[in-house]
Amino acid sequence: MKWAVLAAAVAAFLGLSAGDALAGRDLDQIRQRGVLRCGVQAPSNPGFGFPDAQGRWQGFNVEICRAIAITILGDPNRVEFIPVTTQSRFPALASGEVDILSNNSTWTLTRDSNVNRFNFPAIVFYDGQAMMVPRRLNVTSARQLNGATVCVQPGTTTELNLADYFRQHNMRFTPVVVADLDELRRAYDSGRCDVFTNDFAALAAQRTLLSRPQDHIILPERLSKEPLSPVIRQGDEELTNIVAWTVFALIDAEEMGITQANVDQIAATSTDPRVRRLLGVEGNMGESLGAARPDYARQIIRTFGNYGEIYDRWLGPNTPLNLERGMNRTWLQGGLLYAPPAR
Amino acid sequence: MSSSSLPLDPPRPLIPLPGGQGLRGILWQAVLVIALLLLGWSIYHNMQANMAARGLQFGFGFLGRSAGIPIGESIIPYTPADTYQRALTVGLLNTLRVAVLGILLCTILGVLLGIARLSSNPLLRGLVGAYIEVIRNTPLVLQLVFWHAIVLQLPSVRQALNPLPGVYLSQRGVKLPVFVADQALFACLAGFALGLLLWLVLAWRERARQRLSGERRSTLLPGLLLTAGLPVLAAAIFGAPRWDWPQLAGFNFEGGVTLSPEFFALLLGLVLYTAAFVAEIVRAGIQAVPKGQWEAARALGLPRGRIMRLVILPQALRVIIPPLTSQYLNLTKNSSLAVVIGYPDLVSVSNTSINQTGQAVEVILIFMTVYLLISLFTSLLMNLYNRAVALKER
Repeated sequence: MKWAVLAAAVAAFLGLSAGDALAGRDLDQIRQRGVLRCGVQAPSNPGFGFPDAQGRWQGFNVEICRAIAITILGDPNRVEFIPVTTQSRFPALASGEVDILSNNSTWTLTRDSNVNRFNFPAIVFYDGQAMMVPRRLNVTSARQLNGATVCVQPGTTTELNLADYFRQHNMRFTPVVVADLDELRRAYDSGRCDVFTNDFAALAAQRTLLSRPQDHIILPERLSKEPLSPVIRQGDEELTNIVAWTVFALIDAEEMGITQANVDQIAATSTDPRVRRLLGVEGNMGESLGAARPDYARQIIRTFGNYGEIYDRWLGPNTPLNLERGMNRTWLQGGLLYAPPAR
Repeated sequence: MSSSSLPLDPPRPLIPLPGGQGLRGILWQAVLVIALLLLGWSIYHNMQANMAARGLQFGFGFLGRSAGIPIGESIIPYTPADTYQRALTVGLLNTLRVAVLGILLCTILGVLLGIARLSSNPLLRGLVGAYIEVIRNTPLVLQLVFWHAIVLQLPSVRQALNPLPGVYLSQRGVKLPVFVADQALFACLAGFALGLLLWLVLAWRERARQRLSGERRSTLLPGLLLTAGLPVLAAAIFGAPRWDWPQLAGFNFEGGVTLSPEFFALLLGLVLYTAAFVAEIVRAGIQAVPKGQWEAARALGLPRGRIMRLVILPQALRVIIPPLTSQYLNLTKNSSLAVVIGYPDLVSVSNTSINQTGQAVEVILIFMTVYLLISLFTSLLMNLYNRAVALKER
C-alpha cells in the first residue's frame, strides 16, 4: 500500500515533467480553450483599458481584443482580461499566462528580436513620449528641466527614452520609479516629482485622474516614436495574421465609409467588390485567414464600428481624454493608418 | 543516562519515519534522497523544456550590456550608460543599506519597547502594549504605503521645513549637510578614532585597578577630553573640514546628502514593524530569567537600572538571540516590499532588468542567490554571537 502511494508520487513527478512543454501552436490552444486571454494595463488606463462600475473592462485596447476574439472564436465575450503592470507584462506573455497583450506596448527591435521573441502584428496607435508639468512651475519646454525629479514607470521604453533624452542634452534628473501607475500618479499629484512622463495619450489619460487636471500642462516636445501594437509570442504565423488582419479590417472599414450603423445595409446593397470581399459577401477571405466565420469583419463592425468609431468612443473629442486624431487618421486624411489591400 | 537500565524496546513510532532503526531506516532515507533528486531533476528539466519551447537562451551575457535604466538613488556612482551588472549592484547596495540600518534601529527601539512593556507604570505599559498589538496585526505593505503617503504630505521643496541650519524636510526627502571628503576631514576622523582607542585603553586599565583596589573611578571626563581634543588638534594643524551645504537651486536642493522619501518611508515602516516583534522577544527573554535573580541582585543593593544591565539582560540574551535572528532575516527579506513605494532595491532593479532583457530565469536566480547569501551571512554572525553569550559550563 505504502509502496503504491510512493510509486504514484514518483509517477506524478515524471508525468509532470513530461507533460510540461506546451505542445502545438498558440492559436490551437485558444480555440481549444474557447477563450482569448488578453493582458491589459493594471490597474487601469482611462480610455484605453479600464474596468467600469460593473467591473467590466472597457476601452480602446479592450475592444481591439474583443474584435480579435470575434475573428478567432466568433464571439466578442469570449475574452478573459488579465491586468498586468508594465513590469509584469512581458514575463506574463512569455510564460503563456496571457495569449496577447493589448496594453499600449511599444514596438521595438529588442522586444521583436530573438532575445525576447515577441511579435507586433499591427500598429493600432501612433504615439510619442511627452512630459507633463504643473502649470505653476512656468516651464514651457523640456529643455528647461535640468535637475528635475521625474516620475516614470519601470520596465518601459519611456524609462529608457527619458534617460537618453537627458543624456543627449547633458541635463541631470532624479527618477522616481514606481510600478503601480496609481501609486505613481499619486506621487506626482502630491508634488513628489516635478515631471510625469509617459506616452502622450496615456499622459492625457492620467491627467484626467489628477486632483486638479487643469493645473497641469503637457510640454510640446515628443521625446520618441511610440508605435503601439498588440503583442503576441513569436512562432505562430497564423495568429500573427489574424491579429494583423483584424486591425486592418477596422482601418479598411473606415476608409470605405462602413460604419456600425450602415454595415448591414452596405453588405446587402453594395456592388463594390472590395467592400463585398471585406464583409464576406464574396470570396473566401475569412476561411483563408482561419477566422471562425467568413463574415468576421462584418461582425466586428456591427459590434464595435470601424477604427474611427472606436477611437471617437474612447479617446476622441467627446471623451475626457479629448485626443486629436493627428497621426492616427487614415492615409486618405493625411494620417499614418494604412492597411494593405484585403483581397 | 544510566547504562544499567532494563533492556526495553524503544517505543514503536506510529508511522515509520526516516531515521528509524536498522535497514528500514536506511531504506527510507534512500527513498527520500532519490525523491529529492527526482524533484530537482524534474524542475531543471521543466525549465529547460519550457525555455526551449519558447526559444529562449539561458546565459548571463546580458550583464555586461549597457542597462539604460535610470535609478533614483545609489551609494556608488551610476548612470544609465552603465551595465546591468552595475545596476544590480546598485540595487543590492540599496537593499543592504536599508537592511543594516533597519536592523540596528529596530534592535534599539525593540529593546526599549520590550523593557517598557514590563514597566510598573500602567500608562507606559498599556501604550506600548497597544502599539505592539496594532503594528503586529496589520499588514506591512499597508504600513509602508501609509508612511509613504505621510512623508509625501510634507511641504514642497520651495516651502521646505528648516528645523536646524542646513537640514531641510520636504516631499523630496531629508536634506542634510555633509563634510567634504578631503585631507582635513580624514585627519579629524583619525584624531577621533585615536581618542576613542585611548579612552578604551584607559578604561581597561582602570578596571584592572578596580579589581585590585576595589576603588571605582570614572573615566568619563578624560575620555571625553581625548575624543574631543584630538580632532580639534587635527583641525588646528590640517585646517577645519569643510561642509557641503544644501542650497535651493532650480528644481531642487543641490549639495548635501539626501534621504529620499521612499528610503525614509521604507526604513520607518520596517523599523516600526520589526521593533514590535523584537519587543515581544525581549519581554519574553526578560521574563524567562527566574525571579530569584532579581531578588538576589536587589539583596546585594544594586540599583534597578544596573540589575537590568548587569544581571538580567546577559541571562535574557540566551533566550532572545535565536528568535531575534529570525526577525533580522525577516527585516532583510521584507525590504523587498520596497517595490510598492518605488525604492530602488535589488528586487525593483531586478524586475526592471527582467522586463528590459527578457532574461527572467537568470535574474531571478541572481537575486535569490543574493538573498540566500545575505541571510546565511546574517545567521552566521548571529550564531557566533549566540555562542559567545551562551551559558558556559565550566
